[in-house]
Amino acid sequence: MSMGSLAFDEFGRPFLILKDQDKKSRLHGIEAHKSHIMAAKTVASTLRTSLGPKGLDKMMVSSDGEVTISNDGATILSMMDVDHQIAKLMVQLSKSQDDEIGDGTTGVVVMAGALLEQAEQLLDRGIHPIRIADGYEMAAQVAIGHLDKICDQFPLDQSHRERLIETAMTTLGSKIVNRCHRQFAEIAVDAVLSVADLERKDVDFELIKMEGKVGGKLEDTMLVKGVVIDKDMSHPQMPKRIKDAKIAILTCPFEPPKPKTKHKLDVTSVDDYKKLRVYETEKFDEMVKQVKDTGANLVICQWGFDDEANHLLLQRQLPAVRWVGGPEIELIAIATGGRIVPRFQELTTDKLGKAGIVRELTFGTTKDRMLVIEECHNSRAVTIFIRAGNRMIIEEAKRSLHDALCVVRNLVKDHRIVYGGGAAEIAMSLAVSQEAEKISTLEQYAMRAFADALDSVPLALAENSGQAPIQTVAEIKSRQVTEKNPRLGIDCMNKGSNDMREQHVIETLSSKRAQIMLAVQLTKMILKIDDIRSSSENVSL
Amino acid sequence: MVSMQPIGIYKPGAEEEKSETARMSSFVGAIAIGDLVKTTLGPKGMDKILQSGNKNNTIQVTNDGATILKAIGVDNPAAKILVDISKVQDDEVGDGTTSVTVLACELLKEAEHLIAQRLHPQTIVSGWRKAVTEARRALEESAKDNGANPDKFREDLMNIARTTLSSKILTANKDHFANLAVDAVLRLKGHGDLQAIQVIKILGGSLLDSTLDEGFLLEKKIGVNQPKRVENAKILIANTSMDADKIKVFGSRVRVDAISKIAELELAEKEKMKDKVGKIIKHGCNVFINRQLIYNYPEQLFADAGVMAIEHADFEGVERLALVTGGEIVSTFDNPELVKLGHCDLIEEVIIGEDKLIKFSGVALGEACTIVLRGATQQILDEAERSLHDALCVLAQTVKETRTVYGGGCSEMLMANAVSELAMKTPGKEALAMEGFARALRMLPTIIADNAGYDSSQLVTELRAAHKEGRNTTGLDMNRGEIADVTVLGITESYQVKRQVLISAAEAAEMILRVDDIIKAAPRQRAPDHGH
Repeated sequence: MSMGSLAFDEFGRPFLILKDQDKKSRLHGIEAHKSHIMAAKTVASTLRTSLGPKGLDKMMVSSDGEVTISNDGATILSMMDVDHQIAKLMVQLSKSQDDEIGDGTTGVVVMAGALLEQAEQLLDRGIHPIRIADGYEMAAQVAIGHLDKICDQFPLDQSHRERLIETAMTTLGSKIVNRCHRQFAEIAVDAVLSVADLERKDVDFELIKMEGKVGGKLEDTMLVKGVVIDKDMSHPQMPKRIKDAKIAILTCPFEPPKPKTKHKLDVTSVDDYKKLRVYETEKFDEMVKQVKDTGANLVICQWGFDDEANHLLLQRQLPAVRWVGGPEIELIAIATGGRIVPRFQELTTDKLGKAGIVRELTFGTTKDRMLVIEECHNSRAVTIFIRAGNRMIIEEAKRSLHDALCVVRNLVKDHRIVYGGGAAEIAMSLAVSQEAEKISTLEQYAMRAFADALDSVPLALAENSGQAPIQTVAEIKSRQVTEKNPRLGIDCMNKGSNDMREQHVIETLSSKRAQIMLAVQLTKMILKIDDIRSSSENVSL
Repeated sequence: MVSMQPIGIYKPGAEEEKSETARMSSFVGAIAIGDLVKTTLGPKGMDKILQSGNKNNTIQVTNDGATILKAIGVDNPAAKILVDISKVQDDEVGDGTTSVTVLACELLKEAEHLIAQRLHPQTIVSGWRKAVTEARRALEESAKDNGANPDKFREDLMNIARTTLSSKILTANKDHFANLAVDAVLRLKGHGDLQAIQVIKILGGSLLDSTLDEGFLLEKKIGVNQPKRVENAKILIANTSMDADKIKVFGSRVRVDAISKIAELELAEKEKMKDKVGKIIKHGCNVFINRQLIYNYPEQLFADAGVMAIEHADFEGVERLALVTGGEIVSTFDNPELVKLGHCDLIEEVIIGEDKLIKFSGVALGEACTIVLRGATQQILDEAERSLHDALCVLAQTVKETRTVYGGGCSEMLMANAVSELAMKTPGKEALAMEGFARALRMLPTIIADNAGYDSSQLVTELRAAHKEGRNTTGLDMNRGEIADVTVLGITESYQVKRQVLISAAEAAEMILRVDDIIKAAPRQRAPDHGH
């Protein structure tokens, strides 16, 4: 505990201002800054090696001993058991990039870490944190302005599928699935294109579902233009394949009705007992009949069936699926154009969903089964069905595909792109350092620091790809200036070209812009904190 | 100065291991797992005793990689990946669980050397990927397809079964069991649904007394006073409560004001049951099998009607019965004309060893069969079942994908040579990784030879030379300790299994290799176990 947190009166007695002051620790001034920067740097340095197509993975062990392997920044950070306040901010930073854009979660953290690292050196030189923050802000404006200048148009329609695939491949390049690189990219693009509303430039992710099933090869992963549900028919002898299915989607159980109001039914005599018995059988009969009358030949139900009801359904040749989860029910409803019906009485023919074919898939030697609903009325709902050797690869494939989907979606939303592989960062860095010379105040230093921080992304890329980082980056920088070509970046895959347009390494403008903005915002926020109080040593422990 | 103090960004108890340390710890963990199961590989592999931690200390003796790995609790995350891989292999193809673990571990050992030579993990990974593609190509080229010729195909299946069983406890009677397994699988007529094959273990006798029974055996008893033998049986399979049939309308309860009324109600209940039994009998069945209990009263009613009633057949039993007899599982009994009854020619009680079983013969689905395993101890029976299961799985896979490859280290050597060849032509650091891959593949025959107690270096180099000369059907003969032509020995393996081993192992090794950082969350605090 530093002495600064205690005040003394004129007789030298300690003067307590805060409750339990002696139990609280306080950091302030430059020390607080240093400690924050230290924490942020630690987080950033963990993620640094995951950047780029040759980035390495991290293995996370959860508190229950479950193992996850990933190189997705947001995933790694969310699974790190972080306690430090500033480190938590970094975690949130990558999360907000993930929510907003869905890609570049590693890059944003590395960028923020680099900005803070540069800030530390400026603090050592005695520059006031607020001036640094201001300088960063100015630099960010310049950088983003420059991004707008160097961005390219990426016209989008169905004929440009090829270019979209190449973009998706860039995103997937850094993930473990890059063995089936092209296939996954195609899946991502096709999935987005089939649900995208090109008029409104909108993509509804709700319509894309990802299902994973352990076993098989990654190559067996496929895009199902329909819905896959992890359920099987409620009775083992129901047909496994239904053509021209008319689907009744129910959220009421095939069970005797349960009034919501509290009630008691007293059986006082033999008559009552018999009446109840009759009522019960009638009720089941009626339910099945109501469904059958509408012409449905498949029942999807959110709840369970009574054994007797289940058998009745089989007898009346009405295949049924039970315990289908809420989101899946909705998806089925969207896909088949059916209505979710909460009561048997309200079921009518026009509320049924339609699908060309419903079939059951079986896998391997285990008894797992899944239902596939294809050729739906509304073809827009799609399911990506992932197969892989183990659960971890499936999870990782899901995350990678999600990233790829996000990138494609962003391209659908916004046509402007910049080039990846560090090309945009280097271009921005050049622009910022040029602009810095024109500033006459202290902020000039902060801006130069910002330019240096921008270099850290290509540096990390080069380092991860096994190249000499400083030499490579310096070379590209000079080439960008002499050739006036902002598309030059790090050749991570050793393809022999530095032109990112040839390598099809592109990122969306919105993603890059969000990266810079979020990183700068966080840095500014951290720089503005100069005092931190925490009740040290949790007393309860 | 506060800033000089270490800043913990993790919660207390959480740890992070970085680059070299992380890699080290995952290599060590994975290699330890590989070494653990290594000695069980091959026809002369050793078994392990697994002693469970609970208080009755049950013992398992096994040679099955997946079973061993499932039983040991591992803490190392990389080791967990290997355990996972073997589990998947078990689920998907049923065999090769040891090979996949050992191959992954050998790959990681090679990776360790390469990393020590300052090769970037990503370079190794890309080299491996090329190696896997090449190895797959070589494997596919060497694969034979006898699917079109039934006689030859049966011979293939027998060979595969013998090869699979040769590494297990059943090796002494492998011909007998290979026959059993092939017969059972061929009965399925290609649909590969192992559900129709039932394995029943009965203590006593010797392994050679194990038999394949046509039809279906149920480990249940027939009700008292009911016929013990029914010919031309019409079976009603049901899932319904035959105790007191409850009223299911929510919130109902019995409230009476006099004892006499209870008696009346009881009577009504009894009548309801009687009605139900009456309805069931009206279906024209002479055998009634229920998933749930049958109480004394209905049992007596069935006995009176001369119907055989079997209670409490578990869920799987009921489903399997429905499958093999072609009946449907019934829960309501109001429409007898709509219900499909199951059929079989004869139901009788048979006694095997000391156990009474119910045997259904001449079932509608001619594909069903039951394998009765006999053995001296429970451990032998369990292990025999696992071995047989492996063999059945592999055979079922082979029936679907009829291509076969040669075993006895032959395919591994073939792939290794193909990969080496490619490595020679590849400039750059990836070639080193490919050579490592080839070495790892060659380790499999080495381990097989080691386990059998032969001079592995001598044998494997002989084998390599033979392959180089173009005699690429040469493999290890572990009975005589020399290299020989595996076509003569009949050591055959399923292409599907081999390919899966190769792919899964490479995938797992790659996954572990790509990790450069291990972040462990603080273990969840658990209330101490009081020990029951």
